[in-house]
Amino acid sequence: MAKVLVVTSGKGGVGKTTTSAALGTGLALRGHKTVIVDFDVGLRNLDLIMGCERRVVYDFVNVINGEATLTQALIKDKRLENLYVLAASQTRDKDALTQEGVGKVIDELAQTFEYVVCDSPAGIEKGAHLAMYFADEAIVVTNPEVSSVRDSDRMLGLLASKSRRAEQGKDPIKERLLLTRYNPERVTKGEMLGVEDVEEILAINLLGVIPESQAVLKASNQGVPVILDDQSDAGQAYSDAVDRLLGKEMPHRFLDVQKKGFLQRLFGGRE
Amino acid sequence: MNIFDFFRERKKDTASIAKERLQIIVAHERGQRTQPDYLPALQKELVEVIRKYVNIDQDQVQVALDDQGGYSILELNVTLPDR
Ligand SMILES: Nc1ncnc2c1ncn2[C@@H]1O[C@H](COP(=O)(O)OP(=O)(O)OP(=O)(O)O)[C@@H](O)[C@H]1O
Ligand SMILES: [Mg+2]
Repeated sequence: MAKVLVVTSGKGGVGKTTTSAALGTGLALRGHKTVIVDFDVGLRNLDLIMGCERRVVYDFVNVINGEATLTQALIKDKRLENLYVLAASQTRDKDALTQEGVGKVIDELAQTFEYVVCDSPAGIEKGAHLAMYFADEAIVVTNPEVSSVRDSDRMLGLLASKSRRAEQGKDPIKERLLLTRYNPERVTKGEMLGVEDVEEILAINLLGVIPESQAVLKASNQGVPVILDDQSDAGQAYSDAVDRLLGKEMPHRFLDVQKKGFLQRLFGGRE
Repeated sequence: MNIFDFFRERKKDTASIAKERLQIIVAHERGQRTQPDYLPALQKELVEVIRKYVNIDQDQVQVALDDQGGYSILELNVTLPDR
């Protein structure tokens, strides 16, 4: 049976789209047929991060409105056999996504895909609500920073009550924390909340810690999900997170300050 | 060029890829914003007509309306599959 994952946060700009692209690609890399769905209506961006922006013809709203079939709207990844993207619409109409329409599309996707990864927009409005409503599992992307942690907690409350699973009396959405843009150096200096601090406050299972990394910008420049940069710290951290998502026990890496090697010191750090 | 420039050059690389990608997509989307709303339907129907004869994908047909000031050019770009 398909698993519907939502990548959510409440706060904007914390790394949801980066994460959706990385996890979705990682699942496909491991052989699971996966679709990543952009719920950010009006501000489509997943296509850029995935590098398929020039291949969007039909979008999510076209499918809901019956202007295109799902098959027509799904964009097949050029790199991976098992990976597809469903783009968000650029319409300014806030009511373009309806609960009924989204439900139909998700249920149809669930028939052919193993994983449906929903990239939520920021906020707690309709778009964010619909992105999580049909989910089985939630990945709550959080930065080690006060407003992000509080907003994540807010999201946890909504996840527990405002979902199809909750309304149908099923087991609640499984919630996992993904701490991103983590800077061990600043944590050591006492300038940034540490992973234990955030875990203690939010009290949910930790899916992973993604370090603040230059590789993320480099990857987005090129339209390549950062997980495909397997030399990078962020790429490896996302890869571990995918393994954990699939039930593997993986030790957490990149939590401590990396000692710079001779060459790294000479050239000012690895990219 | 010394070794430091070499590294700096390489750094600029992904940024210029980003710039090119953005120039293309932004120009495309700006164009779309000013396009009449019948274009998507036109594109869809064109695809259906062409599909009667050749099996093509949705993204193999591009329809664009280029406003040249006094007149407009309707540009239809169809990529046919290899035979
Ligand atoms: N681990 C990281 N290291 C460095 N930069 C990062 C990291 N993760 C994300 N970023 C940067 O943070 C910015 C926001 O990322 P992203 O677009 O994924 O966030 P988002 O939560 O989807 O935003 P929005 O709420 O607007 O949808 C981007 O510029 C991205 O490159
Ligand atoms: Mg986003």
